[in-house]
Amino acid sequence: MTSSEPMKAPSATAPHAYDAIVIGAGHNGLAAAAKLGRSGRRVLVLEAANAPGGAARGREFAPGFRSAGLAHLVNRLDPEVARDLGLSLAARPGPAMPTAVLDGEREPAVLRGAYGEAIDGVTAEEAAAFSRLRDKLVFQAGILKRFLRRPPPQLGAIGIGDISTLAAAGFGLIRKGRAEGRDFLRMLLMNVADVADEYLEDDRLKALLAFDATLGIHLGPRSPTSLLGLYYRLTGEVAGKAGGQFIPEGGMAAVAPAFVRAAESAGVTIRCGARVGRILADRGSTRGVILSDGTELTAPVVVSAIHPQATFLHLVDPVETGTGFLRSIRHVRSAGNVAKLDLALSRMPNFDGLSGRDHAGRIVIARSMSHVEDAFNPAKYGEFSPDPVMEIVLPSLADATLAPDGACTLSALIQYAPYRLKMGWESGKPAFLRIVLDILERHAPGIGDTIVAADLATPADIETEYNLPGGHWHHGELQADQLLINRPTGAASGYTTPIEGLYLASAGAHPGGGISGLAGWNAARHILAGDRR
Amino acid sequence: MNALTKPANAQDARRAARDHILAPRLETPFHPRLAALDQVNDWYNWAGYKAPHAVFDEELEYFAIRSTAALFDISPMVKYRISGPDAERYLNRLTLRDVRKLGIGRVHYTAWCDDHGHVLDDGTLFRLGEQEFRLCCQERHLPWLLDSDFGLAVDIREETDEIAGLALQGPTSFAVLAAAGFAGADRLKPFDIGNFPHDGGPGCSSVTISRTGFTGDLGYELFVPRAAALSLWDRLWDAGGEHGIRAIGYSALNRTRIEAGFIVANADFVTAEAALRADRVRLPDEIGLDWLVDPNKPHFNGRRAILDARRNQTLKHILVGLEIEGNIPAEHAIVYHRGKREAGLVTAATWSPTAKRNIAIASLERPYGTTFTDDLWVEIYAMRELKYQKMMKRAKIVPRPFVKLARRTATPPGLR
Repeated sequence: MTSSEPMKAPSATAPHAYDAIVIGAGHNGLAAAAKLGRSGRRVLVLEAANAPGGAARGREFAPGFRSAGLAHLVNRLDPEVARDLGLSLAARPGPAMPTAVLDGEREPAVLRGAYGEAIDGVTAEEAAAFSRLRDKLVFQAGILKRFLRRPPPQLGAIGIGDISTLAAAGFGLIRKGRAEGRDFLRMLLMNVADVADEYLEDDRLKALLAFDATLGIHLGPRSPTSLLGLYYRLTGEVAGKAGGQFIPEGGMAAVAPAFVRAAESAGVTIRCGARVGRILADRGSTRGVILSDGTELTAPVVVSAIHPQATFLHLVDPVETGTGFLRSIRHVRSAGNVAKLDLALSRMPNFDGLSGRDHAGRIVIARSMSHVEDAFNPAKYGEFSPDPVMEIVLPSLADATLAPDGACTLSALIQYAPYRLKMGWESGKPAFLRIVLDILERHAPGIGDTIVAADLATPADIETEYNLPGGHWHHGELQADQLLINRPTGAASGYTTPIEGLYLASAGAHPGGGISGLAGWNAARHILAGDRR
Repeated sequence: MNALTKPANAQDARRAARDHILAPRLETPFHPRLAALDQVNDWYNWAGYKAPHAVFDEELEYFAIRSTAALFDISPMVKYRISGPDAERYLNRLTLRDVRKLGIGRVHYTAWCDDHGHVLDDGTLFRLGEQEFRLCCQERHLPWLLDSDFGLAVDIREETDEIAGLALQGPTSFAVLAAAGFAGADRLKPFDIGNFPHDGGPGCSSVTISRTGFTGDLGYELFVPRAAALSLWDRLWDAGGEHGIRAIGYSALNRTRIEAGFIVANADFVTAEAALRADRVRLPDEIGLDWLVDPNKPHFNGRRAILDARRNQTLKHILVGLEIEGNIPAEHAIVYHRGKREAGLVTAATWSPTAKRNIAIASLERPYGTTFTDDLWVEIYAMRELKYQKMMKRAKIVPRPFVKLARRTATPPGLR
């Protein structure tokens, strides 16, 4: 704070030599910075951690074993963003990454291609039924998708672009006939369980839909509107195909560097270990930031690519925003439900019934729709699932550098593990870890003996590690009341905030989380469009 | 302990929440004295308290305010104690005026808005110390006040029930204070606050007196802990005998406040939290409070909306003072332009005995009152033995206050 304290990273340029300051070098912050940088603006990215990447920041969780961060696969990187920013993140050539659903009894149901273009392990009729449902959901998700690449419409200021998007959505809706349009409106706010029951018999496929619809969201498959989560998943595409997934060449550890390269090649300066202490605001407009070491950096535009609550509850002086606004920011629901497990294994595990090749895919452990619902029930009351559902990836198969020779890493996203655990995570964590390891042992006998180290990150840990309030990777529940014009809240939707010059660009802004780059890219485009107004 | 204040513990909270139903209409600390003096038994509900419309005669009570001294019980006025290191910053964000300019021992009139710039209430802010304030107003706002304290070191407590308040208003009000032995009260300038010794029993050794009021006259407001209320009343009453002191009700006070041009929340405008209809809310500039808005002070609730409305000229209403021909009060009369086109509504009206004019406060829809200020009329419906007598009377926009009294601000005040 004092002037006698030397600055850690003295900048060659004057402190106000930037057109924009981006807070947070997560992938959205880097996408926003890259987009702004490409327009010729001088952009500085400030990252509190010692390395860029945000939740995609890798870390060593046991000697010799690394994890690539929270995300363990890519399923929604926006191709337009990737093209525009020159992101070099592509799937390895070859067959698409499969998804295997394990129920512990039957052989796995393995979805191949983009979200089960072909399915092994189920009857031909069931595969055909899944295909009909998949086509319908992909069509419907396609209608919603056109809203993702632009700021949500602002009530009271609907522009030509909004009308054309709405018109295109309307046209898309009736393109396949009135019956399809009506079916979309019927299904939009349904729960995934009822929809799956309409089409499917096989519990494993229903379980998968239930899992994918609710992963990272505080809903069970039978909760109203739970289908929205599945739509969101299916708005993601890989190689032009909806619902695909991949691990890029070089593994997930390649994700953050790709965004960093995109930003740096756009002339962006990234400064790590530079924690922002305050966003400077005076009478409704910002002029920069103060780092926690006291350095003041000024710029006419500040882009906050961190959680909206972290932005407004911690960095902006509360007296600089309105009481009503701050109340709505405080009410953003952002309590995570997913725990992340990183296992260091002495050798590759062997999941029952799964071919060696399919171990490189995504493995989902969920028996049935009811299994997912039953797993959700305790979360409503602040308890973790005694029989959780999970998604597993073996990251070291795609990136051998993550583990020593012959060894292996396992990454699992497990739900439900509510952020506010009644018993507290201190005592809850060992108990939950035991449950998870028991399940893994059941599905991959012998895995327990090969465990070198286990690192379970509860939502509370994730909150601390990544400065993510609630440990929620969407930066706020992705539910109907927190979408579009209400994401994160009315007065700060559409990337602008009540503070002039301060913009939101994280997953907490439209359209939401996942490695898509859209929130950051959209925000930057909105800022650039504002310059032309 | 009040049901709306922060409870000290859960048991107190439960008890407080339970007991309030036993007294659906509360009595103020001065009730025994008021009830004893009361001749007309004409009570109304003021924020949950029993308060008199009139005590003996509205007309004579009015003249007590303007000719001698009037004692009016303001205990039901909602009062919040706001204290702590961030109290000034907190209030500066909450309210329209610059609290940094409010000196210790001073009062200012102010108002506060929601995020959309719509007025939540107006009131008076007392700076009792560097970090100690009292906010007085018409409506209750505790949830809003508490929600405004996020991230700030400030303590907010409602003290309506604990603090008894009396307004002593009128040309002999200072004489009453002097006779009651409040030495030094002559030094109080308008909007000054002073503490004066008062033996109010255990725990009360002083009374807080501010030179404020709602009458546009020379006058004071006195605040003591509830337990000291009656001793204060008696002290003033005993001293006031020689100076024509009278207890008064709201009807007389209301006439003087109209003369003074003051507005009342949810009478002259609908507060943002009370408004059910989307078009009933008002920006400060739409109810004559534009002068409170300080764009140069630090950020405050509603700032952007208010300044945007000014810049974009989207203000929809304006509050004006009207002088109306004749002597029939035009209460709630419709205002017309050229006798035809509706231009607004009279929100308060009275015959002013002091100004000898028929006066009114009206809310007009712009551009009436801004561009079109001439040729205004009010349509008065006077009920005359079960028949409305309709009168179209000419109205003229005139500045407020309608009555301006030199004695209100004279320091030292007169003893007459």
